[in-house]
Amino acid sequence: MQKQQKVNGKQQNISRFTFDASRITFYTLFVLLFIYALPSADCQTISVGSKRFTESYVLGEIAKKLLEDAGYQVEFKQGMGGTIIVWEALQNGDIAMYPDYTGTIQETILKSVTPMTTEQMRAALAKHGIGITGELGFNNTYAFAMRRAHSESENIHKISDLRDHPNLNAGFTHEFLERNDGWAPLSRHYGLQIKPRGMEHALAYVALNEGEIDLMDAYSTDAKLVEYDLTVLEDNLDFFPKYNAVFLYRLDINPAAIDAIRTLEGAIDEGLMTRLNAEAERTKNFAAAVSLYFSEAESREVQVASESFLSKLVRWTGRHLMLVGVSMVIAIVVSIPLGIRASRPGILSQIIIGVPGVMQTVPSLALLAILVPVPTLGTSPATAIVALFLYSLLPIVRNTAAGLQNIPTPLRESAAALGLEPSAQLTKVYLPMASRTILAGVKTSAIINVGTATLAALIGAGGLGEPIISGLALNDAEVILQGAIPAALLAILVQVGFDALDRLIIPKGLRIEEVSQRAAAGE
Amino acid sequence: MNESKITLRNVEMRFGDVVALDSTDLEVVEGQTTVLIGPSGCGKSTILRLIIGLLTPTSGVIEFEGKPVSQDNILALRRRMGYVIQDGGLFPHLTAAQNVTLMAKHLQTVQEEELQEKLDDLCELTRFPKDGLTRYAVELSGGQRQRVSLMRALTLDPDVLLLDEPLGALDPMVRASLQTELKEIFNRLGKTVILVTHDMAEAGYIGDSIVLMRAGRIAQQGTLDDLRERPADEFVSEFITAQRSLVQL
Repeated sequence: MQKQQKVNGKQQNISRFTFDASRITFYTLFVLLFIYALPSADCQTISVGSKRFTESYVLGEIAKKLLEDAGYQVEFKQGMGGTIIVWEALQNGDIAMYPDYTGTIQETILKSVTPMTTEQMRAALAKHGIGITGELGFNNTYAFAMRRAHSESENIHKISDLRDHPNLNAGFTHEFLERNDGWAPLSRHYGLQIKPRGMEHALAYVALNEGEIDLMDAYSTDAKLVEYDLTVLEDNLDFFPKYNAVFLYRLDINPAAIDAIRTLEGAIDEGLMTRLNAEAERTKNFAAAVSLYFSEAESREVQVASESFLSKLVRWTGRHLMLVGVSMVIAIVVSIPLGIRASRPGILSQIIIGVPGVMQTVPSLALLAILVPVPTLGTSPATAIVALFLYSLLPIVRNTAAGLQNIPTPLRESAAALGLEPSAQLTKVYLPMASRTILAGVKTSAIINVGTATLAALIGAGGLGEPIISGLALNDAEVILQGAIPAALLAILVQVGFDALDRLIIPKGLRIEEVSQRAAAGE
Repeated sequence: MNESKITLRNVEMRFGDVVALDSTDLEVVEGQTTVLIGPSGCGKSTILRLIIGLLTPTSGVIEFEGKPVSQDNILALRRRMGYVIQDGGLFPHLTAAQNVTLMAKHLQTVQEEELQEKLDDLCELTRFPKDGLTRYAVELSGGQRQRVSLMRALTLDPDVLLLDEPLGALDPMVRASLQTELKEIFNRLGKTVILVTHDMAEAGYIGDSIVLMRAGRIAQQGTLDDLRERPADEFVSEFITAQRSLVQL
């Protein structure tokens, strides 16, 4: 190990989190930051990103190991939700590098309809301040997979054979369905009539294995092709472009870091990559695949320390609490005044309640895709906080408005007739009387927030969603539960905590009132 | 003693097409107890709500000590008037004592010891047990709630007391004893009082002047004797007869 090696020269601190949007909650943040110990204070820190599938995790882990050996502190933002999000993160400096494929770069990032050479890509990417390594040595192209027995019984071996089977059940990833080089042009190219549906990739394998679907898109180095004994259909009309693996990196990072990554050029062929993927999925541990890589590459056993479960759990939970805490504090500070305004009649009130209602209908991945390109947000935790904040508004705004509207008219008039100014009527009478309903809204919001905060992992912002997403990539229920169970416990804890808070915040008179009303109702 | 404390001049209150109070003139004499009485919906509560500024008249002028009541002075005037409604209107999140002292504490014009003394005096005046001061509205009986409500109205030592059916929700026994107490309190304090009721016996017992209303208009104003002996029209005599026969049952 060469941990002590110092790298001189300009080094951008690309992983510093920006919380401009949440300055008002500085103190909360300050406390919470202690919980999860900000890891990027060191200027030698470099961020590596990965997408949400096994191979991307494995390549990211290998890069992390190479950079650590070169003397860097590495922050690994794993499992980011899709090409657009990772690309944005790279461009705005949230990550310094991530692995991708030439086909994806050409079609999705550079949006070129004509095939490009590596040199053409290098020139086009340089305009964005992004560099590209040489090819790593394997082509992970799209492929169509079927159960072996099924393909033999139906005599389907080439993609063109699918023309005669328009009624096959096909489950394709959403990305494949939408891509410029995806399903739509392929079905025209081959003249296929199949009606596919969108499906999460890891789930599609299970569905295919159990016969719920007959055809799925896969990657040619997927370990599961072997695991589930699947046949890959031949791309006999040469539709799919080459998907040669490369690393994309920011041109402004230290050349030594680039050199470290470029040692991967030509180092991994399809056979090795498939074995690495299989090793990761077999051991449910990406670090094991990294060990395998270095032992095969260097013909010696290398131990890659994998983080203990407890330390991971503390890291996930701490980040999760930070995301929930900060977004909730901002949501409360913003929602209660909005709710107060919305308690008055008028069109503005309907808008105030309507807009957060519409927010609820935006799927989380879509919301993130909208927020990530926003300057200063990117793939930082601030983006996740903004998303969580937006999802938390409705219950608080709505309950605040309803709580105030439900105050009986005689009591409103009594407050006014006493000679209290409108502001004092609000603070001394209306808000305390509505406290139970408002607190119920905050409680609902917080519990939903704990669940929704798992979406942060889609942009590499961590939290308990991290094991859930990598578990989905590994098709491993145990890893999913490592995130799902603590998240559920956290939600229960929030519930219990708020029940205790009821006693502190809701005035005693209102609690007695409720008890006496229950007694009167004969409960 | 015969000065007009509150005067309504051509005051009209409409809610869309509904006329709650037709163009009305009324003088409330300082130091007297004026009782507004009449069937439901006759506009008697509307007059109280107009005076305390919970409603703004559609047309006409309300004067307090000769000066027109407006948005600019209503806050100050409300603090010179006490308002008691049926069932008390006590805030459920506050104890009896907190209800009574809410406004004084908000204004911060009264010292803590002075306020405690005031609270003791008011308990004595309204015959409210001191150990009930720490209770919440739900823990009090209907009569106790009205006593607390009256204490709250009197805390700032207002010139005028407005009471909207203060005994309306109470059972007959409690009601009778509170009527006696209210009369004593009004006599002792010598304040200008306007009380709304639908009970003629209560009006005759408590009121110096009775204003009988019907369908948004004043049918007749005078003493109980005036109304009984010299009814202005058939409605007045019918109203008095109906109430009397009810008592004779």
